[in-house]
Amino acid sequence: MPKIGVFVCWCGSNIAGTVDVEAVSEAMKTVPGVVFSTNYQYMCSAAGQKMIADAIHEYHLDGIVVASCSPRMHENTFRKTAQAAGLNPYMVEIANIREQCSWIHKDKEEGTRKAIVLAKAAVAKLLHNQPLQAGTSAVTKRCLVIGGGIAGIQTALDVANAGYEVDIVEQRPTIGGRMAQLDKTFPTLDCSACILTPKMVEAAQNEKIRIISYAKVEKVEGFVGNFRATIRKKARFIDENKCTGCSLCMQKCPSKKGRDEFNMEMNNRPAIYIPFAQAIPNVAVIDPEQCIKLKSGKCGLCEKVCSAGAINYQQKDELLEREYGAIVVATGFRPMDPSPLNELGYAENKDVITSLELERLMNAAGPTKGTLLRPSDLKHPREIVFIQCVGSRCDENTNRGKPYCSKICCMYTAKHAMLIRDKYPDTNVHVFYIDVRTPGKNFDEFYRRAVEQYGVDYIKGMVGKVAREGDKLMVRGSDLINNRQVEIAADLVVLATAIEPDPSARSIGTMLTASMDTNDFFTEAHAKLRPVESPTAGIFLSGVAQGPKDVPETVAQASAAASKVIGLLAKDHLVTNPCVALSDELLCNGCSQCEKVCPYGAITYENREVRGPGVREVRRVARVNPAVCQGCGACTVTCPSGAMDLKGFTNQQIMAEVDAICL
Amino acid sequence: MDQNTRFLTETVLRISGVDPRKCMKCGKCSGTCPNYDAMEYHPHQFVSMVENGLIEQLMNSNAVYLCLGCMACVERCPRHVAPGKLVGALAQLKLRKQDGNHKGGNDIAAMADEKVPQQLLMAAMRKYRK
Repeated sequence: MPKIGVFVCWCGSNIAGTVDVEAVSEAMKTVPGVVFSTNYQYMCSAAGQKMIADAIHEYHLDGIVVASCSPRMHENTFRKTAQAAGLNPYMVEIANIREQCSWIHKDKEEGTRKAIVLAKAAVAKLLHNQPLQAGTSAVTKRCLVIGGGIAGIQTALDVANAGYEVDIVEQRPTIGGRMAQLDKTFPTLDCSACILTPKMVEAAQNEKIRIISYAKVEKVEGFVGNFRATIRKKARFIDENKCTGCSLCMQKCPSKKGRDEFNMEMNNRPAIYIPFAQAIPNVAVIDPEQCIKLKSGKCGLCEKVCSAGAINYQQKDELLEREYGAIVVATGFRPMDPSPLNELGYAENKDVITSLELERLMNAAGPTKGTLLRPSDLKHPREIVFIQCVGSRCDENTNRGKPYCSKICCMYTAKHAMLIRDKYPDTNVHVFYIDVRTPGKNFDEFYRRAVEQYGVDYIKGMVGKVAREGDKLMVRGSDLINNRQVEIAADLVVLATAIEPDPSARSIGTMLTASMDTNDFFTEAHAKLRPVESPTAGIFLSGVAQGPKDVPETVAQASAAASKVIGLLAKDHLVTNPCVALSDELLCNGCSQCEKVCPYGAITYENREVRGPGVREVRRVARVNPAVCQGCGACTVTCPSGAMDLKGFTNQQIMAEVDAICL
Repeated sequence: MDQNTRFLTETVLRISGVDPRKCMKCGKCSGTCPNYDAMEYHPHQFVSMVENGLIEQLMNSNAVYLCLGCMACVERCPRHVAPGKLVGALAQLKLRKQDGNHKGGNDIAAMADEKVPQQLLMAAMRKYRK
């Protein structure tokens, strides 16, 4: 019988407060196979680990059980300790007596009893453990960045500058993302385009970076270090290599009724267009829904005027297959549609606009060339009302919006109010707010400047109704500080709408098996200590895809994600997890169930000669690729004949644990 | 909070099904209220006053009767708090409490003034007419 040592951790008072650790280590001494049992204040400390190593040497232990926190926390620590002391690291079992015992119980007697049972189960499993050897797999030294906004661009630049190839896949015809649509950035009020476009150009000129615009990732296979992605490059009906971006075609195109997405659909654009002047790639694209030639076969004017001969009406979607070692999700956000909040009248009134629409109205390249004119009659608004928290901070039972704070709205509203008061001092600006949240360097000073220096009227309270009366918008809201209801006859109402993840995020998350929260933001591997990694190995998070952020935070996170990518790509080989599935070919009946449930495509079927007692024939049997298998165990529970087993978590081991608990 | 206040608060919360702790004090209800100026206490005050046990103060105020019951505050509350339901619960509590069932149908006319909503008169009739 193997010799087993048991080490019970107090975790300070985290475990010892609810579990009698002394009683647990005493009780374990009587369990068959256990030759040594002790307890200590912090097993993960250097002294605790030394205690384990010493016991392994002294008692010639074959395996150890550490009764402590969740294996997600310190399994690796103790495996390394055991390995350094000469044990196979897979001869270590963790009994989770913290998260699954002490933290959830109050009664010390019951807690102690449960801790003993859990430790016994771990010993029972360990008696069936086999030493396992980890293999290695190669790393493809290229990174895929999904999304070409400021987050994607920054990550790509940092990875490329470290010497690795990067592909940016952007769904729109140009990179730049939301930041390209902004007029100014808080709190320094520098022009957004002026600081973004040099980065876009830098990305385009970097020989390690390949920008694949107007494209989407359709399929991702493989695993960390060895992903294979299928990318659909949509037909733009333009030869990217020939188009010079002269924009003559845009002027001549007779079909000018397209909605300009870049200007938040506040003006029209031709069927053939370049989204904005500094677009990268600076190449036109034809909207097939709108192009007369593509719809009816007549016209063809752009082809006639294009001196570069770049127009190609026959162009088809193109599928690219590329291999990557790491994938960065930088899918960004969009503003929530406020139409369902019908008391604000966004759908009925042209002069009720979102903050992003205001950005375009104030931008020199926007629909009004930077003069603030309201959309309905193009008059200067003299009375402007801002409403904050539209669709943010809502209870989930209301269907009124998102439960989270969108984080950036307080600051950009202060920015808008300040810029308007600065440029048009005869305009009154009112801001309805619940709380003004300005945690950030120089942020509160910025907001105070809007109030004290620019005289923006901040009203604590929310708006209950926006209704049109003549050419005015009557805004009724509460003024909680003065304990009154106010009514303002406004010319323009601006809604600080919540931000939500880009709609493409959900399908990308599914494709990458990267976990997301209920709001479709990507979940990080650890909320504090691994904020830029997905729990899925090889997937990294950059920008608002992970949660609401402003530009400086996005850039910081993008660079952090890049450093993690570089750390991965710098390795020549990765150590693989040896806890993978294994099929017993004698038991396999060739039903293909495992192949269907495997999320990683690790199982294939082949005809092979099977040899066993009294058996020698060719059968169709399952085969697991251990380099692709992630050890999720879906196949083991699906297999009807019990042929599939998971190393480190065999059916025998699991049953032994169950018996130890129940018998 | 004394025993009576606690009893009243719990009763109001039970009748209305409202959880005032969910309120984030945004004032949307009071911004929405069409009868705001007539009411001594405003919808958002109902929520925080009930939470703080100031039930008697609310019950002795005309605000309870001046609520039109339009439920706009309930509809638009982003936190699912429903101040209008609190007002309804307070009105009900007041009806139940005031002299129990010992009023006759004829007493109702004297209690009413032109500001009392029709709905409340009907409710009073149903209760006291027996």
